[in-house]
Amino acid sequence: MNSSLIDYTLHLADNALIIAQRNAEWCGHGPILEQDIAITNISLDQLGQSRNFYQYAAKLIGNNATEDSLAYLRTEREFKNSLLAEQPNGDWAQTVLRQFFFSAYQFLLYEKLQHSNDEQLAAIAAKALKEVTYHQRWSSEWVIRLGDGTEESRQRMLNAIDELWRYTGELFVAAGYEAVSGFDIALLKEDWMKKVNAVFEEATLPIPEKVFIQTGGKTGTHTEHLGYILTELQYLQRTYPNAEW
Amino acid sequence: MNNSFFRKFYYGDIPEESGGGNAAIAKSENAHAWPLWEIFVRSKQGLDHKHVGSLHAADATMAMENARDVYTRRQEGVSIWVVESKYITASNPEEAGELYEPAADKIYRHPTFYELPDEVAHM
Repeated sequence: MNSSLIDYTLHLADNALIIAQRNAEWCGHGPILEQDIAITNISLDQLGQSRNFYQYAAKLIGNNATEDSLAYLRTEREFKNSLLAEQPNGDWAQTVLRQFFFSAYQFLLYEKLQHSNDEQLAAIAAKALKEVTYHQRWSSEWVIRLGDGTEESRQRMLNAIDELWRYTGELFVAAGYEAVSGFDIALLKEDWMKKVNAVFEEATLPIPEKVFIQTGGKTGTHTEHLGYILTELQYLQRTYPNAEW
Repeated sequence: MNNSFFRKFYYGDIPEESGGGNAAIAKSENAHAWPLWEIFVRSKQGLDHKHVGSLHAADATMAMENARDVYTRRQEGVSIWVVESKYITASNPEEAGELYEPAADKIYRHPTFYELPDEVAHM
């Protein structure tokens, strides 16, 4: 059995699940009804992607593993999501900036992955790419709107950049298991920077320089936030094992 | 002015005395209110865009994306039009009598009085 392929699939699944859970926290709390629906739509797209990856991982693992056992019964150290995905929502600026950084990354990633030799990963990526294309468009427009908006919206965007930039580098530092993808994730960074540069320029926002880059999430060393996310996410299954709707 | 067919009636919560549309809203309840937009969606089967509702958005781009998220997430459509509500001129409901009732007893305006040749298959 190919343990790298399992780890890599779980990494993709965890990324999608954790950012889905974060965005779902906005449900009922969005700034206006239309944006509440927009952000929860994105959350559901990501949840759907994570399910596809978990189902595939469960098949690879065997041993009665299911998408549910993988999402609900693994511990913090077993989660392989990037640190960026687990960062708190903060205000609307921080949420849309996190989504923009992440969607720009996922867009490039899935674009590559849809040509993977692994048919299952390729199929999931190809399907998800359309969704992510929209997420990228939606979030970049918000970054521009707020960055080039009022004094307050701009300040909020600057704060969000301060908060999140240090977690973007990790996206392009490959963990050992990422070798199975068949491409070097580090090589996507240039295109990602190009996209971020273009959007930041239109948003009149500065690109930070010389920021220390936090890593560790992909191999299970997370920020303190993930524990809280999992507590909420896994509470029901852990308290009432095998509970069903 | 009151009985003119050309008097402009604004849709929804747009104050009719002001052509500027949202100026009064901005002054009153919510200074940050976004303008209202009417959304028209064309379904896969349909040839025409049908009015499906309205929503708030800062500009046309946002209105389009909001419409996508609010009105097409259950595969309702393949094409969207958005138009700011203040640009819609509606007929005055009080004038319904003079506007529409005169047509009621003029059934000869329906094409059913013409005999169609058999060769015209679809009419």
